[in-house]
Amino acid sequence: MQTAHTDKKYGEELKKLREEILYMGGLVEDQIQKAVKSLVDRDSKLAEVIIERDHEVNRLDVDIDELCIRLLALHQPAGRDLRFITTGLKITTDLERIGDMAVNICERALELNQEPQLKPYIDIPRMAQIAQRMIQQSLDAFVREDTDLALRVCKDDSEVDQLNAQIFREILTFMIENVQTISRGTKISSVSKYLERIADHATNIAEMVVFMVKGKSIRHMKELPPSV
Amino acid sequence: MALQQQSAIANPEAPGVKRDGAMQKINLTEASSPIIQIKDLNFYYGSKHALKSITVDISEKKATAFIGPSGCGKTTLLRCLNRMNDLIPDVRVTGSISLDGKDIYGSSMDVIQLRRRVGMIFQKWNPFPKSIYENVVYGLRIIGISDRQHLDEVVESTLRRAALWDEVKDTLHKSAAELSGGQQQRLCIARALAVEPDVLLMDEPCSALDPISTAKIEELIHELKDAFTIVIVTHNMQQAARVSDRTAFFYLGEIIEYGETGKLFTNPDKRQTEDYITGRFG
Repeated sequence: MQTAHTDKKYGEELKKLREEILYMGGLVEDQIQKAVKSLVDRDSKLAEVIIERDHEVNRLDVDIDELCIRLLALHQPAGRDLRFITTGLKITTDLERIGDMAVNICERALELNQEPQLKPYIDIPRMAQIAQRMIQQSLDAFVREDTDLALRVCKDDSEVDQLNAQIFREILTFMIENVQTISRGTKISSVSKYLERIADHATNIAEMVVFMVKGKSIRHMKELPPSV
Repeated sequence: MALQQQSAIANPEAPGVKRDGAMQKINLTEASSPIIQIKDLNFYYGSKHALKSITVDISEKKATAFIGPSGCGKTTLLRCLNRMNDLIPDVRVTGSISLDGKDIYGSSMDVIQLRRRVGMIFQKWNPFPKSIYENVVYGLRIIGISDRQHLDEVVESTLRRAALWDEVKDTLHKSAAELSGGQQQRLCIARALAVEPDVLLMDEPCSALDPISTAKIEELIHELKDAFTIVIVTHNMQQAARVSDRTAFFYLGEIIEYGETGKLFTNPDKRQTEDYITGRFG
C-alpha cells in the first residue's frame, strides 16, 4: 500500500498517468485481437476500422509523453516516482509500436483478403493469443508491481519465437512447392513476424516493470534470473 | 559546561548518559578514506535527545549531503563537526567524532584550531562590516600574518577559487555590504577558504539565494570538492542530488540511510527514504 503524496495534485497526476497507460494498453490489446480477427475472418471492413483507430493510439502516445515530461519538469521526481514516470515514457513507446504492428497486420489482411486463402490460419491466432496475453500480463504486472508475473511474460517470449520459426518453415514449404503462393506466403510470414515483434515489445514492458519495482535492469541478459 | 561535555565524551557510560539499546544501528562506515569518523554520537539539548547513536564516516574530498525534514538533527550534526554547539547552554554530547583520527571533543583539541580546519558557511551570509579585502584576510590577520604581498596573493587566489574575483577585482576595498546576496555568500566562502581548511561545512548555503546565484554556488561546490571535503545540509533535495557524492537521510535524530547519492535518489533501500524523497512524508 503506497502512502499518499503530500502534494495531492502531484499524486493525482501520477494516478492519471497510470490510468492513461492502462487505457492505452487496453486499446492496443483490442487492436491486435481485432487485427488478427480481420485476417482470420477475412473481414476487410474491420481491418479498415482498426487502421483508422490507430490515430487514437498515437494520440495517447503523445498525451502520455507530454504528461510524463510535465511531471519530470514540474516535480523533479525521485525514487519510485522517477522510475514510474521513466517506465511510463518507455512503455508508451512500446505500446505505440504494438499499435503500428496491428496496423501492419490489417494492411497484410487487406491484401490477403483479395486473394484465395492459402491455408487455414491455425498457428497465427495461437500466436496472437499468446502475444495478447503477454501484453495483458505485462500491464497487470505494471499495475500490481508484480515482478514474478513480469518475469513469466519474459519467459513466454520464446514460445512466440518458436511459433514464428515454425510458421516460417511451413510457409516456406508452400512457396517451394508452388511459386504461385510466394506473394501470399511472404505476407503470412510477415504477419507472423509482426506478432513476434509484438511479443518482443510486451517483453520490453515486462522488463521495465522489473526496473520500476526493483530498480534493477534485467534487459539484454543472456539468461533471465529465476527471481528478482 | 564544556567540562561536562568532555567527561561525557571520555566516558560514554557515565551516569546520566542513557543509551537506547533498542535503537537500530546502521553500519554507515563504508565510505572510502574517511576524514571524519563519527561513532555512536548522541546529542542532547537538555532532555531532548536530538541525535541518536549516529555512526557515519565522511569521505575526504567528496561532497556529503545531509537531508531530512525539519528537526531531524542534520544541522545539529553539522554543527557538532566543528563544535559550534559548544556555544549553546545545556547541551550534552556522548560518543566520538574524529578528524584525521583525532577526537575533536578530546581534551587536547584546540577548538580555535579545529574551526580553522573545519570552516562553516551559514544560511544567511554574514560578511564583516569591512571591505571585501579585509573580509578575506580576516582569519589570516588573526593568526598574525601581515605581509602585504602574501595577503594580496591569498585574496586573489581565494576569490578566484570562490568564483568571485572577476566580479570584485576592481572594488576590493569597497564595503562587502555593497555586494549582492549571492556575491556576499561567495565572499563568505572565500573568507572560509583563506585559512586553508580541510573541511567546509555548509548549512543551507543557498536557501536565501535566487536560482542563478544558487547555480553559481553549486558550481563552486563541484570545483571545491577536488581540494576540500564538503558537508552540506540542505532542504532542497534536488540540490543534494546535484552537488553531493554521498547523501545521508535523517529522521527523528537517526540516520535512516546513507549511501551513494545517485542510488539514494533513484532506488533507495529504505521505505522511509523513498517516502521522503518522493514527497510522501505526512
